[in-house]
Amino acid sequence: MAIEVRIPTILRNYTGGAKSVEGSGDTLADLIADVDSRHSGLQERLVDAAGLRRFVNVYLNDEDVRFIGGLGAPVKDGDTVTVLPAVAGGAR
Amino acid sequence: MLTLPGALRAAVIAHARADDPDEACGVIAGPAGSDRPERFIPMTNAERSPTFYRFDSMEQFKVWQEMDDRDEEPVVIYHSHTATEAYPSRTDISYASEPGAHYVLVSTRDPDEVEFRSFRIIDGVVTEEEVESADP
Repeated sequence: MAIEVRIPTILRNYTGGAKSVEGSGDTLADLIADVDSRHSGLQERLVDAAGLRRFVNVYLNDEDVRFIGGLGAPVKDGDTVTVLPAVAGGAR
Repeated sequence: MLTLPGALRAAVIAHARADDPDEACGVIAGPAGSDRPERFIPMTNAERSPTFYRFDSMEQFKVWQEMDDRDEEPVVIYHSHTATEAYPSRTDISYASEPGAHYVLVSTRDPDEVEFRSFRIIDGVVTEEEVESADP
């Protein structure tokens, strides 16, 4: 089973520079844990005690996972998960 | 140094003025590796706030995918401050996630004079840089 996980520039230090890595799992949570087992530290950048980190966008194929179950979203062979840090900021 | 065509500088300023008092935000894409900002992409501020901005997540997905398809990257990421100086705030610094980008800040706090400055933000360190016009 192979699910592609596309990694943004700022997280490629965890993947030895790779733009995408492969993983497996039944849910997004499983997939992230699986990828983290080979690229230690990646999970910590995506997930905190409350779930997916607020300023990291994660997409399953063409959808923001926030709207389709978050960490519990089911994933399957052939899916593509894309990670994009939110572009945000403020006056203070 | 950021080399920026005058028309693109004007487009960023116009966007900032138009969205004031909310913060405006957007991207100027350019060919990957070229450091040339060419394609102006104003973005929706999903926060619609005078003190915070955030790209809408689906809009960001589409724009990033489009840049990838076109072999482009975000050369400039810009946003405006509407009541404070055109300098990266603590939140700007903590959320800066494109180490290769020029972070352009515009301040619209003065109705007559706009502030337009550019910075690199890498590993939490802010370095101001000159903005040079690309026009002959």
